[in-house]
Parts: sequence; C-alpha cells; structure tokens
Amino acid sequence: MLNRQGRPTSITPLADEPAVAGAAGSERPPASAAGPAAAAPGTRRTFTGNRALAQEEPLLFEIGRPEVTGVDIEEPEPFELRLGGLERKAPIGLPGLSEPETMRHFVRLSQANYGIDTGLFPLGSCTMKHNARLNERMARLPGFADIHPLQPVSTVQGALELMSELARYLTTLTGMPAVALQPKAGAHGELLGMMAIKAAIAARGEGETRTTVLVPDSAHGTNPATAALLGFKVKPVPAREDGWVHLADVKPLLGPDVAAIMLTNPNTCGLFEPRAAEIAEVIHAAGGYFYCDGANFNAIVGKARPGDLGVDAMHINLHKTFSTPHGGGGPGAGPVVLSERLAAFAPVPFVRREGDGFRLVEDAGSPDAVGRITAFHGQMGMFVRALAYMLSHGSDGMRQASEDAVLNANYVRACLSDLMSLPFGDKPCMHEVLFDDSWLKETGVTTLDFAKAMIDEGYHPMTMYFPLVVHGAMLVEPTESESKASLDLFVATLRDLAMAARRGEAERFTGAPYLAPRRRLDETRAARQPVLRWTPPAPIPAQQAE
Amino acid sequence: MRYLPLTPADREAMLARIGVPDIDALFADIPAERRVTAPPDLPRHKGELEVERILSRMAARNVPASAVPFFVGAGAYKHHVPATVDHLIQRSEFLTSYTPYQPEIAQGTLQYLFEFQTQVAALTGMEVANASMYDGSTGTAEAVLMAHRVTRRRKAVLSGGLHPHYAEVVRTVSGMAGDEVVSLPPDVSATEDILAAIDSGVSCVVVQSPDVFGNLRDLRPVAEAAHAKGALLIAVFTEAVSLGLVESPGVMGADIVVGEGQSIGNALSFGGPYVGLFATRQKYVRQMPGRLCGETVDAEGRRGFVLTLSTREQHIRRDKATSNICTNSGLCCLAFTIHMTLLGEAGLRRLARANHAAAVKLADLLAAVPGLEVLNGNFFNEFTVRLPKPAAGVVETLAGRGVLAGVPVSRLLPGRELDDLLLVASTEVNRDDDRAALVQALRDVL
Repeated sequence: MLNRQGRPTSITPLADEPAVAGAAGSERPPASAAGPAAAAPGTRRTFTGNRALAQEEPLLFEIGRPEVTGVDIEEPEPFELRLGGLERKAPIGLPGLSEPETMRHFVRLSQANYGIDTGLFPLGSCTMKHNARLNERMARLPGFADIHPLQPVSTVQGALELMSELARYLTTLTGMPAVALQPKAGAHGELLGMMAIKAAIAARGEGETRTTVLVPDSAHGTNPATAALLGFKVKPVPAREDGWVHLADVKPLLGPDVAAIMLTNPNTCGLFEPRAAEIAEVIHAAGGYFYCDGANFNAIVGKARPGDLGVDAMHINLHKTFSTPHGGGGPGAGPVVLSERLAAFAPVPFVRREGDGFRLVEDAGSPDAVGRITAFHGQMGMFVRALAYMLSHGSDGMRQASEDAVLNANYVRACLSDLMSLPFGDKPCMHEVLFDDSWLKETGVTTLDFAKAMIDEGYHPMTMYFPLVVHGAMLVEPTESESKASLDLFVATLRDLAMAARRGEAERFTGAPYLAPRRRLDETRAARQPVLRWTPPAPIPAQQAE
Repeated sequence: MRYLPLTPADREAMLARIGVPDIDALFADIPAERRVTAPPDLPRHKGELEVERILSRMAARNVPASAVPFFVGAGAYKHHVPATVDHLIQRSEFLTSYTPYQPEIAQGTLQYLFEFQTQVAALTGMEVANASMYDGSTGTAEAVLMAHRVTRRRKAVLSGGLHPHYAEVVRTVSGMAGDEVVSLPPDVSATEDILAAIDSGVSCVVVQSPDVFGNLRDLRPVAEAAHAKGALLIAVFTEAVSLGLVESPGVMGADIVVGEGQSIGNALSFGGPYVGLFATRQKYVRQMPGRLCGETVDAEGRRGFVLTLSTREQHIRRDKATSNICTNSGLCCLAFTIHMTLLGEAGLRRLARANHAAAVKLADLLAAVPGLEVLNGNFFNEFTVRLPKPAAGVVETLAGRGVLAGVPVSRLLPGRELDDLLLVASTEVNRDDDRAALVQALRDVL
C-alpha cells in the first residue's frame, strides 16, 4: 500500500521468491496478494540481502573460526599442569573473530535494535527515560569499576561512602528509616521485602498461621510469583471499574492468616491509590504488613513519600526511577526501603558509619534477620549511576522530573481521549496513561496490530496487554525526557493510525511491521519446536554432494 | 536542568490543553495531608563538572586492582577486558534498549542472546543455556529450586567446597521456602565424603569446581552416586575462565551447571553487576528459570529470534511461575559474548593456560616462604595457603604496603577456626614483579 505521500509502506517480496508468511503454527494468515505485500515500486533485489544501512548479519557461529582470536595473549612458557588430571580433552566448539570482524558483527547487530536514543519509547511501567552518559563515565572510574568486593575495607572507603550516600538519598526521598541495597533487580527486591515480612512474622511466632498474601489483580506478575516462591498462599483482590483498590474489597479478606498486601502505588493502571494509607492502617490493625511495589515511584519522587503512606517495605527500581540503563533487559538494581518494624530483618552485608570511616557489616547481625541474598554487596555499578542521576537532578530536579513525567502522560491522554478509549474515564493519570481496546472494536485491528503499526512509524510500541484488568491494554509512559514537539508528533502519529483503523485500513496493521528489520515473527513455532542454540548443520549426504 | 526538555511555556500550554489550573491538580489523588509540599532535604541540581568532582573524590579513596599487585579472588576475578567490549556495550542501541518484547525491532539483542546461550552451552558442555541470571550465587539458589521441581523432592546437599556466600544464599532462599538444606562443613582439602550424604530423599548435590579453596574436583563419582539415588548434580563454578582448560561439568555428568560469568567481559565493580550462567539438559528445559531466546522465522520466512517458552514465566503464570525472575543480566551477557567472541576457542584456551601458569608460578614462590604452606595439590588460578598467624591481619598489613594479597578465609567463614588460611588468586594480569612484591611483603611480615 501507499501512504498519503504516495510512498510504499511495505517491502514487496521478490516475484520469484513467494512470501512464506504464515509458516506452520503462525497465528497470522499469509499476506494476501491484495494486501500490503502487493506491488510496491522501488523495491530492489540485492545480491547480499542487505538493504543499504540495514545489514543482514549471520550468526557468530557461521562466520567465526576456532583458530581465530581477537585478543593477543602471550603463550606461557612450557610448564607442568597442576590440574589433577582434569584437563579438557575435546574441543569446546567456540569460534572466534578478529577484532575488526568482532566490531562489525556487533555494530551490525546493534543496528537492528530500537533504544531510547533512537526515539520515543513509551513502554508503560518500564520508564524508558534518558540515560545520561555522565553516569556511564562515573561508573567506569577505576575507583568504582576496578575494585573487588572482598578487598580490605580500608581500601574501599570511598565505595562505602557512595553506598552510604545513596542510602541517605533513598531513605530521604521515601521517608523510610532503612534501606537494603543488595537486591539485583526489582523482582529480587520484592523477594527480599517479602522475606523480611516473613522473617518478622516468624519472629512473632506466627509463621505457621500467617500464610496469606493479598495481591490485586492489576499487580505485576512478579508479585504473586514472589509470594508463591516463599510459600505464601496468594489471594487476589478483585479489580474495580475505577482502577483503584477499594478498602471495602480489602477488609473482608483480612484475618489472622494474612501476612501482607502487595500493592503497587502508583498502580499499574497509572493511577495513584488514594486509599493507600487507609489500606495500610487496616492491614496493620489486622497484624499484617504493607508491601509496596515501587516500580512506579518515578511518578511521585518529591511529591509524596511512601513512609507517609504506611508502607513497610518497597523496592525501588534504580533502572526506572533513577535511570540506570535498561541494557536490553538488565542488569537492574532493586534496593528495598524498610519501615522501623522491618529494619532489623535486613540481611548482611550493610554499611555502617563509624567515626570518620565506614564499616562493612558482613557477619549475621540479628539471628532473626534474613540471610544473605546474593554473594556480594549489590549492584555497585548501578549505585554509582543512580547517585550521579540524583546529584545531577538535585531535590528540585527530581521533583520537576516527576511533575514533567505526569504532565507528559496527561498531555498524551488529553490529546487522544477523543479517539482512544480510557477504561477509567477521563480523569488525570500519573506518569502513564492506560487505554483499552474498546475503541478498536469492529475495526479488525487488535492491540497487537496497532502496536506493530507504530513500529513502522518509527516508534517503540507501548506496553501491550498489561495490566490484565482491562481488555487489550495499551499502557503509554512517555517519561519526562520527551519534549513537547516530540509528544506532538507522537500524538499526531497515533491519531493518524487511529483514524486509519477506523477507516478500515486494517492491512496497515494486521501485516505490520513492514519496515522493520524483520516482519512479524512466529512465536508459536519458537515455542512448539524450541531451538535454543546454534547447532552445526548436518553434513550433506555423499551422493547428494556429488 | 539539562535533562528536562519542557520549558515553562510548554508546561503552561500543556496544562491548558489538559484543562487543569496547575500541576498539583494532576496529583489530586494524593490526599492533601500526605503530599510533600517542600522539596526534599537534599542539595539542588548540579552541573556535570560538579557531579564529576564529587564522585571522583569518592572514587579516589578506593584502591583499584590495576594500581597494585593484586591477588584477590574468591568468586570475582581481575582480568583484562579488551577495549572493544566496553565500546560496543555502550552503543545506544544496546545500552538504551529494553527487554526484547518487540522482537521485530530487537533482533540485535535477541541474536546476541542466542549466541550467548550457544557459547554458554558449549563452555559448560551442556545442551541448553538460558539468557543469564543475576549472578552465580542467585543462579545457584535457582538451580536448587529447579532441581526440587524436577525431582519433586525438597532436600539439597551442599559441598563444603561451595563458596560460603553461595551456600548462604541457597540457605536463605530454601529456608524461606521451607526446603531442607544439608551443608557439609568447610572442606579445605577436598576430602569430604559427599557420597555418604546422598540418600533417596535428596533432590540435588551442589558441588563447586574449582572449589572455593581452589581445588579441582572430579565430578564423575558424585554424578554417578547422585543419579543412582534419583538426585541431580548441580555443578558450580565461580571462575568461568577455568572452563577453557578444565574438563567441562557437562562431560563429567552434571545435570545443571551454574556459575559466575564476571571473569569474561565484566569489570570487578565491587561485586556487581555480574552475570550468572545457567545451563542444563534439554529434557529439563521447561523447568528452567529465567529468560530463553529461541530461533524462529518471520512472515517472509527469514530467520529471526524471539523470547520463548515464556509460559514458565511470572508475567504469564503469575503464582505458578518457575521463578519470580523478570530480567536477565542483559548488558553483562553482551559483554561476556563479545569478549568470548574475541577470544574464540584458541584465545580462551591460551588465556586459561596463562592464568594457570601465573598461579603455578606464584604457588612455587610462596611455598618457599618460611612459615607458609600451600595446601592445594591441584588448582586452576587460585589456591589456599596456611600462614603462621591470622590471615586477616596479614592482609591488612600488606594492604598498608600497597599489596592486595588475597581473601582471608575468616572473612568468608567467620568463627570456623580457619583464621590462618588465605585464598590467593593469580591471573594473567599479574607480572613477575607483582609476584615478587607479594613474596617480599610476606617474607617481611611473617
């Protein structure tokens, strides 16, 4: 098909190579001849399969050779091995590339990726904000990057000072008395927070009876998974049509069996839970704890403090709120702030200020405390980046960042509310705005199709089908990093797409993306016949080779 | 504020478009009495130069490994990482991308994950590997949970050669989940009778090689004994470079191999972020924790990659998931993959030999120091020495002289009367003069 400027929006399959769309198990029917795959002038066959800057890159295993290396290491003088006879006998099967080949291989791979630096990345709940390169530079200072977790404490005083300073920022911003820095990611933080709750309950002698954890239907999947991992029974709190958790729904679930509630605030519908403090009160009165999923803390930094809302434990995703890079899915960092009631259950190691210096407490403190949850002290590389973010923004800048994030999300909401449906009515949201798919009814376009069409327009799609409490969810989080001009173009693009869907131009969506490095990928086939590693191709049988 | 593109005029126009009088109207759901009215009690924003000054001052109070003769190991190792690695992982498209939920515009991440999985499977001698764990220690705890799922038993036996921090993490998670853990006592000389601890209630035996004291262990008899009782062997390593020279755990019969991949491509970084490697047999793949990348085709039949088998995972299965894990260690496994690509088989083998050679040289030099005894019969790049006095004090004294001598065993195992033991690691970064400095310093203080 052609866009409004008369330009093709699809790559046409070559005439002598029929499209094999809809391979076995695919959800999608093959693109029809009348569809987007139909004639598009200007499509050229290339010998390489490359399309100018869009380079096809083979797997390392198809271009590497075991004898090639891109690292010059001096061969040690002959010596007698002291391996107790356990040396390797057979080849490992690891091809190598020279340095220039390595560079090209990975640069080409990178060019098939979309990042925040490429364009607007409105992935709700994931907070894809700008990653400042100052933070990268700071994390690479030899005094941070090149120190060992077990070298003498006297030689890492600056590192302990940094951890202590980070702790001060986190406790000040959250209004909580203590923080455990070790967790390696948000879900790991959840695990520690819930462990602290479990330990506190056990210390009270109620370990056998308090075994239920309340989790709203709108929660991240990690919440119920974490509770279940620790042997808790998960009891859902039903969703309401206004997107909030209601006191009236929580109260009847409370009893001597309830250990905690895990509540996300701001919640996954992009709304602040106005009853959070009251929910905390009733759960406390019933002898339970309030775990807050802090994934969305970025909306309220400098505007509200979890400590004022009765929270007992909350993880903070440093890679969201404090902008340590997401890195294609990690590494994250998930420090957990703890209330007075839970502080004593924090695991080792932790930093303690002593006189002019800092001590690292590594031996188990209280016998009731949670044991060690990771080998060393946490994600130091992320601590440096997060503190660099906090120092750069300052108290004024962090508050402004929250305000801008909320402003940007509401601007998107206001500019699209006439075309796309808001499941909870036209009320203000926090840092992300949630649409459902009722506005797509009878267009033949699904949330997934709509998202894929955004790819052709140069955007990363929003979060799709989450939270589960609304149908066909589209969760848009623009973050504070977007300018008004950027949002205006984004809004205009979404409006254009929305109108196209309503006009019945379904093929613009159902076959999308047309212009990405790959067309829609067959996920069903990947799961039914899992191929999880490269294996050498079978040798060609002799007679065929002749 | 350099990071915030909105101008005051933009903000006003946007508020008007939204139809609210001021920004606080958008925060109306926060009850008035719970709102923060003044900015937090923290300094105001700062320019780059000032932030650099503050953080550089802190960094300068630490002693970097590359600045001194450095022999500290015990689960994290100082290696040279080629400049190419750090350049490539900082490319915007890798650094600022997210979990590849939209595979059509994340083939870069997905293809390197597929390459990573293949490299890890080859290195460990296993059939499949996942797209990484947080680190070796949390990966080990996940391996134990996986073994419980596979065997439907709930008792793990931990070798006394397992890194004490790893053992603690397993005990923490297992204790919370109500599972049983049998921890054998510290086994400095690799002489424990672990076979005797394997009964028909055991789900898995966890053995590290090279173990925390540096000994290499033949896993074959343990695998045999474990399998005879219907248990799995979980093989752990903390030094991935060792796999370039030592027989792979897969060949020796391990069912799950888990370890720390920091050594390849990643900085010491005071303990994190690191990258957990996790591999197993094909038949257990659906019980595996963590992300998996798989090959498929797109609508035009071209090869592509996607995250797969996600029905194991929390975002689909919620409280029935195999793990609560939501991320992997993305950028760290990219660093691993790039460094491993640069090394290739030839480079990895040479790097491993250079490490072993460095440690052999050092062991011989130390054995000649009066009062000092090298305890290991075999080792890769780390071994244990017995000193005539508490190791912690010696290490502190040597640090004062600008030599970072190793890890006192008492730091890992306090109160176990192992105060005179010191773990010493030597890698390719150590030169003859580094070794000489350590030997001289020890001669002086012992």
